[in-house]
Amino acid sequence: MTDFNTPLSKVRGLGSAKDGTHHWWVQRVTAVANIPLVLFMVISFVGNAGKGHADWVSWLQQPVVAVLTILFVLNVTYHMRLGLQVVIEDYVHSHGLKVVSLILITFACVLIAALSVFSVLRIAFGG
Amino acid sequence: MAQVKRPLSPHLQVYRWGAHMAVSIINRMTGVALAVGTILLAWWLVAIATGYEYFNTIQGYADSILGRLVLFGLTYALMQHLAGGIRHLFMDTGKMYDLKSNTLSAKLTFVFAIVTTLAIWFAAYKVMGRL
Repeated sequence: MTDFNTPLSKVRGLGSAKDGTHHWWVQRVTAVANIPLVLFMVISFVGNAGKGHADWVSWLQQPVVAVLTILFVLNVTYHMRLGLQVVIEDYVHSHGLKVVSLILITFACVLIAALSVFSVLRIAFGG
Repeated sequence: MAQVKRPLSPHLQVYRWGAHMAVSIINRMTGVALAVGTILLAWWLVAIATGYEYFNTIQGYADSILGRLVLFGLTYALMQHLAGGIRHLFMDTGKMYDLKSNTLSAKLTFVFAIVTTLAIWFAAYKVMGRL
């Protein structure tokens, strides 16, 4: 079998999409980070179940809670951006629609992250 | 040029369903459901930041039958995606590719998700004093 790869491209190992295993790897890293963060969020929701506005505000004003909630939101939106990208690449076959969908989900993920982080900061700093 | 009749790969519907297939597609479906869930999380955080009255409106939605149904579904989705994801991390190290452990671990993700979902809701209702 003829091998058309240059030695340099083999060493780089970036493949035809030019980013190699980066997508796969970052999805795993965010997945691992998600495990303790999800655990924290679940404990936080169960522990404060049914609480009113004032209780949630003072809960989120604790520095550790605010930081972990922000980390959760950032990590989850990144992980979901990567996952939704794969879903779109698998099922949307028209090139134009695919590119538009990918841009739209990127915007949506960034917007969700920005709204959440801004809200947590506003609560934490008592605005 | 003569058409070469190459064998075609059989399509999805000819396979008999197994736990490993179910956990695979459900991991994807729960992932998409959880993506919608992050919109609700952002909405809820915005509501707390907005103030007492708006938070109570949102809390009212969440406490309705439909709201609780959605939240219960999202809890299951989260636990299922968590278990399925951890199974994938093990498989990334080359483990659990033999039929027996692959099927067993696939079934275990469903057991884990159902048990933890019920436990979470039981605990939440206990905390709310509704049990």
